[in-house]
Amino acid sequence: MLKASKLLLLSLVVVLVLAGCAPAEPAVLRLATTTSTADSGLLEAILPSFEEAFDARVDVVAVGTGQAIELGQNGDADVILVHARAREDEFVAAGFGLARSDVMYNDFIVVGPDVDPAGIRGLATAAEAFAAIAAAEARFASRGDDSGTHTKELSIWTAAGLEPSPDQGWYLSLGQGMGETLQFANESGAYTLADRGTFLAQRDTLLDLMILFGGESIAENPDAKLYNPYGVIPVNPEMHEGIQAELAQHFVEWLTSVETQEQIGSYGVDRFGQPLFYPDSEPYRQAHP
Amino acid sequence: MPEGFLADLIEIVILTIRVTGVALAAATLLGVPGGALMAFSRFPGRRLLVAIIYTGMGLPPVVVGLVVYLVLSRSGPLGALGWLFTPAAMTVAQTVIALPLVIGLTMTGLESVDPQLRLQLRALGADRRQESWALLGEARSAVIAAVVAGFGGIISEVGAAMLVGGNIEGQTRVLSTAIVLGTRMGEYSLALVLGGILLALAFLVNIVFIRLQHRPPWWPGR
Amino acid sequence: MSAPLYELRQVEVSYEGRRILEVDQLAVQPGETLVVVGPNGAGKSTLLRLLNFLEPPSGGTLLFRGEPAPHPAPLELRRRVTTVFQRPALLNRTVWDNVAYGLRVRGRVPAEPLCDLLRRLDLEGLAHARAGSLSGGEAQRVALARALAVEPEVLLLDEPTANLDPYNLSVVEGMIQRLRAEGSCTLVVVTHNVFQARRLADRVAMLHGGRLIEAAAAAVFFDHPRDPRAAAFVRGELVA
Repeated sequence: MLKASKLLLLSLVVVLVLAGCAPAEPAVLRLATTTSTADSGLLEAILPSFEEAFDARVDVVAVGTGQAIELGQNGDADVILVHARAREDEFVAAGFGLARSDVMYNDFIVVGPDVDPAGIRGLATAAEAFAAIAAAEARFASRGDDSGTHTKELSIWTAAGLEPSPDQGWYLSLGQGMGETLQFANESGAYTLADRGTFLAQRDTLLDLMILFGGESIAENPDAKLYNPYGVIPVNPEMHEGIQAELAQHFVEWLTSVETQEQIGSYGVDRFGQPLFYPDSEPYRQAHP
Repeated sequence: MPEGFLADLIEIVILTIRVTGVALAAATLLGVPGGALMAFSRFPGRRLLVAIIYTGMGLPPVVVGLVVYLVLSRSGPLGALGWLFTPAAMTVAQTVIALPLVIGLTMTGLESVDPQLRLQLRALGADRRQESWALLGEARSAVIAAVVAGFGGIISEVGAAMLVGGNIEGQTRVLSTAIVLGTRMGEYSLALVLGGILLALAFLVNIVFIRLQHRPPWWPGR
Repeated sequence: MSAPLYELRQVEVSYEGRRILEVDQLAVQPGETLVVVGPNGAGKSTLLRLLNFLEPPSGGTLLFRGEPAPHPAPLELRRRVTTVFQRPALLNRTVWDNVAYGLRVRGRVPAEPLCDLLRRLDLEGLAHARAGSLSGGEAQRVALARALAVEPEVLLLDEPTANLDPYNLSVVEGMIQRLRAEGSCTLVVVTHNVFQARRLADRVAMLHGGRLIEAAAAAVFFDHPRDPRAAAFVRGELVA
């Protein structure tokens, strides 16, 4: 039908024109990071100074750790910021990323119901706490999504010599993000491993959840195993077309610069009485030995 | 509420309307003639194509999103377009989701028009185009229902929108993905407000469609 | 005798191996009223579709004004002929828009003569009524008006009054008689009603089982039918 093909052509043109129509834009840097990092609000607070300094726009794509790394591998992001050390090293070793730089760290805590059925308050290490939870068969919510948090959780079970599985009934594998997992733990009185930042940010809505292991601040966290380091890696431009390599390099330099690091270190203090992240880049360590 | 909140909200609503509007327009412009072609032509392999269209109507949107992502990825065939994580990618995914619905329901709507009418129109001297227009007019209610179905399938879709859009603040954040973000961050009241806006938007659009279905014909015979 | 308007020679129509229509020789003269009779399934509707150039014969030759009709038939040829079917297939619009449809399709503007037409078919008061609100008889009159509006060279009618009450039947037949008298239009009417056939025919052709079994001038057909089945029909018997 002549009419049909005319309409087909017209619509194709419309779609292409609309898609191609964009006002003149600043350079765009695509940053793939984890949902917990993005949800903390840190990036919103510090990125504007980068965007101004370099007349750029940073598009933050917040996904699970696995997906963020995948985006880097596919060249769909220019730089990644994640907290899964082993996988970051693999990423660079395989040639997907140029080099890994330390950025900051925060810590994990174990939260649970005030009644603390497994009695983990006062224990010395996270592994001991997990062992107690398993022994009491108290409900535990796992993120179960291969995220940095999940990876850390599994390593603690391993350290405790345990391998819990969902068949056991008390161990629940949710396959969801940190926020949803905390909400679930709050509703159903379960223990869970959480990054302190997300917990603090959502504390007001988690009225039945207490910090039972890890202390009220990172300084009070008895177990160094719960430290959670972040790394930033620019994606290797030789693997794909269109990577903003130069801008990515600027970003890494800016993120690890002492000035930005100090901003990171002060984020959250007004709201939570403590910073959500501790600066830990090479330049920062050198300036503050 | 933070100062920039209303501005952000308006931005999100406008982007939602833009992305879904263009996708629906594309799906209609491609799908209605496509459905007419399917209803009125007989060609080898037609049955297979009908089966594919019906399957497409039930395709999980997040699967569409995944495929569109793989195609638009820089390591995929159309990476050079640079559409990934822009509204264009979301429009593409939503068009793909809505298209089978529009084609399939237009096709069945037209097929249920009296076949005697087709013969009569040809006997009155209508050419293919005139015949199709008249029949589309007869099946107007069904065709509009097809577009409504397409709209319903994409306005609140979130899986594909997340995958190919990335929910980037100020760039690809639409109502559905903003709601997911709100729930993830435990901001349930915000999520509910956004949900309410989404429902109101969908409701308004559907009212327009219903009026179109029942207005007396505004064009003379052609 | 002038040259025939239509000529069918060895024409046959088959679907998927089954022969639906077989006409050895048939001519339709310009200006005449040919009535086609025969039992259900005899192929009468198929014959009308051929004459309206909606379908090509599977074999044989169909001549129009001495020239073989090409297929697909050019629009200009198709538009010289129109059909009124047993069930009126109207569009979901007003009576006026329906009647004007054929004109608009031809790019012509509906004008004053259309009002006359409506008047003659007793449709004046219904001009703005929606098709869905019409009775069966009214709808069939609209279908007839719609066909006449385009002033066709050939008007085909497939059992046009089979579903009508006596009043509507008389209006429709009245119009057909008027057209016969004016002589400008060639008419082919399919009917299973022998009385109607007697009233309307100049010539009669009878189909049975897809084959043309008898064709003759009305007087000859009704007074001296040759085929026994034609004779039975003329006597008013049901012919299976």
